[in-house]
Amino acid sequence: MDLESIFPRLQEIIAQWLSSFLPGWLAELLVILMVVLAIVLMMVVVVMVLTLLERKILGRLQDRIGPNRVGPYGVIQPVADTLKLLFKEDIVPEKADKLLHLLAPIIIVVPALMVWAVMPFGKKLVAADLNIAVLYVIALGSVTSIAILMAGWGSGNKYSLLGGFRAVAQLFSYEVPMGLAVLSVVMAAGSMSLQSIVKAQSPLPFAFVQPIAFLIYFICGVAEVNRSPFDLPEAESEIIAGYHIEYTGVKFAMFFLAEYINTFAVSAMVVTLFLGGWKGPILPSYVWFFIKVAIVVYVFFWLRASFPRLRIDQLLNFAWKFLVPLGMVNLLVTGIVVKLNVPVWLTVPAYWAGNFVIGVIALYLLTRFTPKKTPVSLR
Amino acid sequence: MLNQYLFIGILALASFAVPVIGIGFAWLISPKRANPLKRSIYECGLETIGETWVQFRVQYYIYALVFAVFDVEIAFLLPWAVAYNRLGLVALVDVVIFLGILATALAYAWRKGALRWS
Repeated sequence: MDLESIFPRLQEIIAQWLSSFLPGWLAELLVILMVVLAIVLMMVVVVMVLTLLERKILGRLQDRIGPNRVGPYGVIQPVADTLKLLFKEDIVPEKADKLLHLLAPIIIVVPALMVWAVMPFGKKLVAADLNIAVLYVIALGSVTSIAILMAGWGSGNKYSLLGGFRAVAQLFSYEVPMGLAVLSVVMAAGSMSLQSIVKAQSPLPFAFVQPIAFLIYFICGVAEVNRSPFDLPEAESEIIAGYHIEYTGVKFAMFFLAEYINTFAVSAMVVTLFLGGWKGPILPSYVWFFIKVAIVVYVFFWLRASFPRLRIDQLLNFAWKFLVPLGMVNLLVTGIVVKLNVPVWLTVPAYWAGNFVIGVIALYLLTRFTPKKTPVSLR
Repeated sequence: MLNQYLFIGILALASFAVPVIGIGFAWLISPKRANPLKRSIYECGLETIGETWVQFRVQYYIYALVFAVFDVEIAFLLPWAVAYNRLGLVALVDVVIFLGILATALAYAWRKGALRWS
């Protein structure tokens, strides 16, 4: 048995074993539940690993050691953190909107976990290969902003409210160029199913065919998960911690969980849409998927160590006055290249030429029209 | 096909269950010794002044309006993008017109100062 089909085979064996003594529908349901449980558990483990890795990597990048007290090299630090958060007192502020305050940490986890239903982990490893997967992922992305606004508003804290407003403005603004970048990929692949998009990326991944769409998607991805340098909604030094100031214990842990799962999900989307997904030589496909995602996540951490935070007006201007027009032009150029009817070997150079021209013009406009002095931003 | 949506439905229920179980379990084992000082709003230690839920910066609302236009655009363009390979050259012309209208809208909003943070 090859390593590639080990998980589908395992599922088959369990399904057969279950249906030998259970009615068919129950066996099927149990198999689905098993996969769901696997996804949820995997995500919890991923979050634990990511929290430790982020602190370790950030420590190294800042010439520190990072956590190293709990267990060898601090590897069981996440377990200690989880236990601590579990035993913390749950404090609900007096002025809070109790219902919204309770609902926000629940709702924020839902889209974060649901994204994984359509993610192709490997050649034969996708839970539900929807034919509208791209739309599904975009739709779930906007649910997060509702939860954040609920948290910001429901806490009854002025800083939370500011964080909530900022988060919504940011997520909304960056969703548009993100969608435009995804459109050009969908157009080139001719499908919205993530599995077909991965398969369409031969011989070159889309990142090398459409570098501009890749860059737009990557920047918007960083903004979508509120990571530095786009971490205005939770800027510690200006608005304490934004929308999750008034949360303690497990409720705070839920925001944390969702944020890290989302980081991982956006990295997985970058890999799936632009870096060839699970494709790779020799190693099994799911191993390649995780290697690539780990590299993208590392770049996310690296960005956090390298860039200062933007101001809200810079952030919104960058989205609306640069990324959106760029995305629209990029979409048109992709459309023209697809319709050019050039021979196959000329398609990629045609993309390159188009992207090069847009890139040069965009960079010129960016340097030409970036105001040297921007008004002092207020909030 | 139906199985996939069944899976997503069950995953949605499970995703709800995870935070609910987590918060419920913590509610069982965590201490509950709230006092007025603890339950006050945390704004860097100062007493909070005035109402929190006030009418606030119409700017955010304007961005949301502009966003609504463009989000609908993406919803319209997705089916177009999927079918693009099978459509004739007219599909490209259609979208040039469609994007042109939207670009005009963006330019209008820009010109009107809706995108200026002041």
